[in-house]
Amino acid sequence: MLQIKNLHASVEGKEILKGINLEVKAGEVHAIMGPNGSGKSTLSSVIAGKEEFDVTEGQVILQGEDLEDVSPEERSHKGIFLSFQYPVEIPGVSVTNFMKTAINEGRKARGLEDMPAKDMLKLIREKSEMLEIDRKFLSRSLNQGFSGGEKKRNEIFQMAMLEPKLAILDETDSGLDIDALRIVANGVNKLKSKDNAVILITHYQRLLDYIVPDFVHVLHNGKIVKSGGKELALELEEKGYDWIKNEAVV
Amino acid sequence: MDLKDKLISSFMAFENNVDVDHPVHEVRMEAMKNFEIKGFPSKKEEAWKYTSLNSLQKVDFSIFPKELNALEYKEVKKYFINEIDTYKIVFIDGIFSSNLSETTHDGVDICLMSSALNKPMYKQIIDVYFNKVASKDESLTTLNTAFSKEGAYIYIPKNKMPKKPIEIVHFATGTEASLMLQPRNLIIVEENAEVQIIERHQSLTSNEVLTNCVTEIFAAKSSIVDYYKVQNDAANASLIDNTYVDQKDKSDVKFHTFSFGGKLTRNNLNFYQNGEYLDSTMKGVTILGDKQHVDHHTLVHHIEPNCESHQDYKGIYGDSSTGVFNGKIIVEKLAQKTNAFQQNNNILISDKASINTKPQLEIFADDVKCSHGCTIGQLDEDALFYLQSRGIPKKEARALLMYAFANNVLESVRIPELKTRINKLIANKLGVNLGFDL
Repeated sequence: MLQIKNLHASVEGKEILKGINLEVKAGEVHAIMGPNGSGKSTLSSVIAGKEEFDVTEGQVILQGEDLEDVSPEERSHKGIFLSFQYPVEIPGVSVTNFMKTAINEGRKARGLEDMPAKDMLKLIREKSEMLEIDRKFLSRSLNQGFSGGEKKRNEIFQMAMLEPKLAILDETDSGLDIDALRIVANGVNKLKSKDNAVILITHYQRLLDYIVPDFVHVLHNGKIVKSGGKELALELEEKGYDWIKNEAVV
Repeated sequence: MDLKDKLISSFMAFENNVDVDHPVHEVRMEAMKNFEIKGFPSKKEEAWKYTSLNSLQKVDFSIFPKELNALEYKEVKKYFINEIDTYKIVFIDGIFSSNLSETTHDGVDICLMSSALNKPMYKQIIDVYFNKVASKDESLTTLNTAFSKEGAYIYIPKNKMPKKPIEIVHFATGTEASLMLQPRNLIIVEENAEVQIIERHQSLTSNEVLTNCVTEIFAAKSSIVDYYKVQNDAANASLIDNTYVDQKDKSDVKFHTFSFGGKLTRNNLNFYQNGEYLDSTMKGVTILGDKQHVDHHTLVHHIEPNCESHQDYKGIYGDSSTGVFNGKIIVEKLAQKTNAFQQNNNILISDKASINTKPQLEIFADDVKCSHGCTIGQLDEDALFYLQSRGIPKKEARALLMYAFANNVLESVRIPELKTRINKLIANKLGVNLGFDL
């Protein structure tokens, strides 16, 4: 599904990613953990194609295609989805209208007609029920005045609507209470299949109790310094990151 | 001959067509005298520092249209809020068009300035209100006063509200090579009465058009006035709008100005708060491209205590367009407990576009709340990335962000069909089709 080879990226001349190698296969869930400032959010932004990062070396390959010079919207059309840590407020544009635009732009890129209104409504109803989202919520302006939990739930709703091949969830667990976390995690688990893949970017083990990863990677100072199974997350929870930092230095 | 000389020499011809014995003619002559002395404002004057009328003065404008032109409703339907029923006061090249208009005298007067000026039954009202709030020394206002003859006359008696909104529309057909229009509107809203008005100046030609419009509004105690100016004129049309509002106790007057078109637009919007516990609102969305220029000059004169004023202007400037916002607030010594709020936010989407924004506060009372803020920025790159990452192409993503930026000005538009229309104009102006009506 996704191959990242020796990826180096910098912003304003400062190198943040210093040679990342990662392979994510269809059907897998990967967790990327690491201390603040290790480059986790940069990695997710680079995969999604944010233009302010310069990829100075290496490649991001999705289903065999090198994504160099592919715009963020084209990456979305090819099946990449990024759930944002800080979703943006768009006053005056309802969640429903926003999703209609996003879905139909994706269809247009694939040479399809706009989705008929009836199908769109059905899809919206189905996905919002799955995430226990109130109908009234959908007519509100996108993210405007949403609580932290509502914003994150709305991100996963968008993911459910767009049905990506590769979903990257950037700190989706932060700011969620336990009930919201359960709903969001259930949603992600329902969307998971043998044909798609998920990358969870998180600080804490907590989310991984609900969405169980196949692999856990520790990012430190722009590099993956350790990889393991789900038990690595528990070890990190217990011991913190310092031992890994020390190990990396050694 | 430059425009000033032409106007002065045309005044005699104008006098042949009006009742020179009417007391209003004294007012016209006085105004003409003032204009002769002052002439057009120059960039040396502080209020005209960023807006030049020089090139307009070189155009050989016809001051009076030579013939009455007719338009079929279907040709111009799109310029009306045709989804709803409205009263209409329509002018073609400055001359009233009865077939496009729908006026009334049923409980309210929605008719013509020429009738109000000529018919004896309106004499008393004209004596009380005509040229009473409009400036007597601002040169363009006095120029309009000198030539005042036609326009909209609206009188809403105590406790009344017209059954539907009123549209005042001025068409220029372009039979003349270049045409100057000077409509004069008088709007009186009595105690506890209410009115909704939509005003539009629309040129149907690529020929040069210059409109110098004056509107006087008198909002009596507890009245409500909702006024919308839709400025989306043709590329060679210029507008100088001079609006004067006199407000009494507990009245609520709201203006929304949507500036998307035209060559040069100058909005002089002046509020005089002659009462207590009243509310004045001025909002605007400006979206410009090409070499368009819009200049918003607002004045709120807080004269009495316990009043509020709210100003919120959003501007989006592309290409080589230029904008001006100058918001003047005067709070008199007597006007304690004033709450005056002013906001002007701008986005420049081109390196060649520019905006000059200036708050101007003169506060003589000590117990007041006055806030003002202006910003000039670019679109938020993080927000753009968010939308793109959802598959929305950059152009559409930018348009959505610009729409979101201007949105809170639209929220207070109280005629839903007008709001839809404005949203469509915005989408059109931004060159996008988002698959839904904004």
